Amino acid sequence: MYWLSVLIFLPVLGALWIGVIGRNKTDFTRWAALAVTSTELLIALGLWWNAAPNAEGYYYLMRVPWIPAMGIQFLLGMDGISLLLVLLTALLGPVAVLVSWHAIKQNWSAFAALLLATQTGIMGVFLSLDLVLFYVFWELMLVPMYFLIGLWGHERRLYAAYKFFLFTLTGSLLMLIAILGLYFIHGEQTGIYTFDYFELLQINLPGKTELWLMLGFFVAFAVKIPLFPIHSWLPDAHTEAPTAGSIFLAGLLLKTGAYGLLRFCLPLFPEASLDFAPIGMTLGVIGILYGALLALVQEDMKRLIAYSSISHLGFVVFGIYAWNQEGLNGAVLLMLAHGVTTGAMFAMIGMLQERSGTRLLTQLGGLLSPLPRLASLLLLFTLSAMSMPGLANFIGEFLVLAGVFQISAGFAFAGALGIITGVVYLLWMYQRAMLGEITVQRLWTDLNRRETVLLGALALAVLWLGLYPAPFLDNLQIPVTALIEAKNAVPTGSINALR
Amino acid sequence: MNQWLWLIPGTPLLGSLVIALLGGLLRREHIAVLACLAAAAAFLVVLLAWLAGAASQPLQQTLYTWVAVGDWRPMFGFMLDRLALVMVSIVSGVGLLVHLYSVSFMAEETDQRRYYFFLNLFLAGMLLLVLADNLLLLYLGWELVGLCSYALIGFWYRDPVCSNAGRKAFIVTRIGDTALALGIFLLFSQFHELSLSALLTDAAAQWEKGSALATVATLLILGGAVGKSAQLPLQVWLPDAMAGPSPVSALMHAATMVTAGVYLIARTHPLFELAPQTQWLVAAIGALTIVYGASAALAQIDFKKVLAYSTISQIGYMFLALGCGAYALALFHLTTHAFFKALLFLSAGAVIQASRDEHDINKLGKIGHHPPLARWTFLAGAASLAGVPVVTAGFYSKDAILATAWSAPAGPLLWTFAAFGALLTAIYIFRVYLIVFHGAAPQTSTLSLPYPMSVPLLILALLSIISGFIELPEGWPGPHLWSPWFEEELGLATFPSLTITYMLQLIAALLPFIGMGLACVLIRRERANQPLPLANFLRCGWNFDAFYQATLARPYYALARGLRGIVETLLIEGALTRITCGLLAFATFCRKGVEYNVLEVSISRLVATLRFAYTLLGTTQNGVLSRYALVISTGAVFFLGYWLW
Repeated sequence: MYWLSVLIFLPVLGALWIGVIGRNKTDFTRWAALAVTSTELLIALGLWWNAAPNAEGYYYLMRVPWIPAMGIQFLLGMDGISLLLVLLTALLGPVAVLVSWHAIKQNWSAFAALLLATQTGIMGVFLSLDLVLFYVFWELMLVPMYFLIGLWGHERRLYAAYKFFLFTLTGSLLMLIAILGLYFIHGEQTGIYTFDYFELLQINLPGKTELWLMLGFFVAFAVKIPLFPIHSWLPDAHTEAPTAGSIFLAGLLLKTGAYGLLRFCLPLFPEASLDFAPIGMTLGVIGILYGALLALVQEDMKRLIAYSSISHLGFVVFGIYAWNQEGLNGAVLLMLAHGVTTGAMFAMIGMLQERSGTRLLTQLGGLLSPLPRLASLLLLFTLSAMSMPGLANFIGEFLVLAGVFQISAGFAFAGALGIITGVVYLLWMYQRAMLGEITVQRLWTDLNRRETVLLGALALAVLWLGLYPAPFLDNLQIPVTALIEAKNAVPTGSINALR
Repeated sequence: MNQWLWLIPGTPLLGSLVIALLGGLLRREHIAVLACLAAAAAFLVVLLAWLAGAASQPLQQTLYTWVAVGDWRPMFGFMLDRLALVMVSIVSGVGLLVHLYSVSFMAEETDQRRYYFFLNLFLAGMLLLVLADNLLLLYLGWELVGLCSYALIGFWYRDPVCSNAGRKAFIVTRIGDTALALGIFLLFSQFHELSLSALLTDAAAQWEKGSALATVATLLILGGAVGKSAQLPLQVWLPDAMAGPSPVSALMHAATMVTAGVYLIARTHPLFELAPQTQWLVAAIGALTIVYGASAALAQIDFKKVLAYSTISQIGYMFLALGCGAYALALFHLTTHAFFKALLFLSAGAVIQASRDEHDINKLGKIGHHPPLARWTFLAGAASLAGVPVVTAGFYSKDAILATAWSAPAGPLLWTFAAFGALLTAIYIFRVYLIVFHGAAPQTSTLSLPYPMSVPLLILALLSIISGFIELPEGWPGPHLWSPWFEEELGLATFPSLTITYMLQLIAALLPFIGMGLACVLIRRERANQPLPLANFLRCGWNFDAFYQATLARPYYALARGLRGIVETLLIEGALTRITCGLLAFATFCRKGVEYNVLEVSISRLVATLRFAYTLLGTTQNGVLSRYALVISTGAVFFLGYWLW
């Protein structure tokens, strides 16, 4: 299906177009970027509308030889999990453009080009099924993001961009080694040297090797998710990035890590992953509680939301390693919910910063009276983030916990503490920013039409995910069942490499 | 009728939606009218449900499957049986009266839109909770109620006291909610089912009485109930919740929110019957809370806080009844309490508003200009709360609970607590009545209340008096309609033998009068500046707040700060800095050691060697012809000699 490559290459072509002819034509660039991202969204919606799965649950597949001598193909595929994440990516594209409308003051064309290039990278990550191709896109999304942070970021942008790049690069190098290891072992075993995901799924690895290869992938994904203690790049990068960058980082880049776990770690290395599951769940629960605790003592709103992302992604990892119906479905749904909710939160903080000139909670306060519309929408998204039933995050979080409970009540208990800790820091944030006496007297203007439409659309998405998630969950049935079959296929009593 | 069931929570929900989305186009008064209409519509549908025979045949409606993942299939489904029917009648009825009252009470407020949005949503949340046919939908209503309490308690958000109180309410109840959530997970992992009716039958079929799982599950549910219903040890949020507007307090204390815990236990009572230990714990918590709330109410000086602690104490009676297996009686007290507590709050609100938001009872007594209607209705509510025998509803519902407590395990002990609480109740409520309405100033006010305020007060006063006649005490001739009506769903309460019952009833009937006398004594002592012993301790609610602050809140913040300081800054950032510094040092070393000492030197040596060779070679072509001739001739001679030789 060539539509998949359209999904990938449309943004980068748009980036070239804007980059070449858009210099010093700010207004044109904005509209062009909006047009490209909206077209992308329409295509993604069209693919969703027409999706009909094959036996393995793939809606669309596209296979073109690339470097046949080395067994590298241009292999794209979309199953339910990638469809949902592609939808999220496509949705956040126009959002990122719209929030940057007036916030980006200089060099709009370069900014838009980099933003679109990032989108291409992310789309590629969610769609490639050839490991080399995957790796290429994995690195590709890094570069434009580095420049987005480094060029349009806030005060400490260079430090943050540098840290972000180093962390993720280190992780992905380990993954490259693991990919090559997989390639050669598979080649030796079968005589077919290929990076084809479907071929590699058939591989049979000895215990220790499987564990090491799995760890190579895991570290790369864990940096992106991020898990404690390698999360340190995230608060800096999220805080310093421009609003659109934060939306892409929190909404999408973090998801690539969790997606990698689902797409590669679990199916390629089921035995090792099963052995690793308790450790994975421990890391998840540490993330949940650690992120929530740290979020409580942040003064910078963006930093606070960054730590809350660590907490929410902890839930995702928690659910993935619970590895059952409820856990996996919940994890994917929570990824979507978190993408929308946190994207909206970052957008709103950006709007607040445009109005007040600060993100510091110590300097904000009492904004409910001058900005009622902004305050009520912020309340909605805050409630979603604290998993209010009926809003997006709740269903994912509850499914995850229900799934974990069936594996271990103790883990579920520890994770459920996250329900309480989430309320503590989010309500404290809301109170300090919106309630109380107003601290700064100035001419406040409430949300304008562009901002209202943008946030209204996200609010609708939050309600949709919270009240009627069936259209999304339906896509997960086949992939999740396949993952569970991979788990069940692990022979019981097999050699546990960890013990 | 089945297909219209959704309208009961749906109309207030729609009302709140319209207010939220289109409220900007409406005028302030119209928003209030709209909200009232929505509440009235809900009440009307409930009435229609009665007419349609919901009392004899449970109604059911399923809208759609909310989430479908494996066995996790909660529906948007409603069930209206007798228990739910009584609950929705109270919630929508009292809710409607409170809405009506708000029209006048909140008329001066500028932010009507926010107020009525959350008020309607509050109603919708509670109705959803009651009607839910599965645990997840119940949890949705449960949380919605918590959210609305947060928003309405903190309605005057400019005052940090109010917004802190709202936040506290949300967080404390969330602790309970988490227990409830874990209970849901436990039940689901055991039965792979979320529907309430299926769960309860499965549990009854598969679990043995007293099994560990049943105990744990009921403990977790109890945790949720204790949080929402403000029982020990999670009662701390309710006294602070007084920061909200009075109608909100009335709604929260009477109909929505605090009764949710009682409803939850009544709804899941088959589980509790499988876990006798937990059930006794419910009774014990109830008995302790009765005395706790009543004793704390004794020393309050804030008018509304007296009523708040009174609610804690009264809900204790309902828990006591639940723990004794008298679910119908708990519901009976819930009903009468809803009437008289809403009445007390609304009349107190009228008094406070008439005195320019003065909350201090002593000052209120000195001001003295209280609307006469508020005074008489408050008296009616107070009499009902104290349980003045025969003429008030509170007597009938409380008396029945006292009697049934006697027959529970360790019954006399529970009864003693409950009876002592009843005595304290009479003391504190008449104390506050006498101080406020018979204070120093003469009662000469002829202040009249507007109709939207007076009509609800009169209706509630009437109900506070007569609603008890539906069920006369055990052993009395006359109507016994309540308990038998519920027998099928909730079973019957057990009572001690008739002689003991009469004895207990006699004591219970005397307690309010003793309490009145003691209240007079107490006031006289207070006026003579001889306050109660331990008054400060009681006034602070037994210092629970300080205790939690010291043991939970502060350590939590300290932990967060410590983690930020130690882990984040020292360990992670520190390690990063160290790694970076190490890399830099290595690079410097490479530059100095390898780059300079080894490479530079060897390169420069190489260069020197080359230069030397170059000079050597250079001498061969220095342009001196004589030397060229010499070299050529020497070479020629050399080659010639070699060749010849």
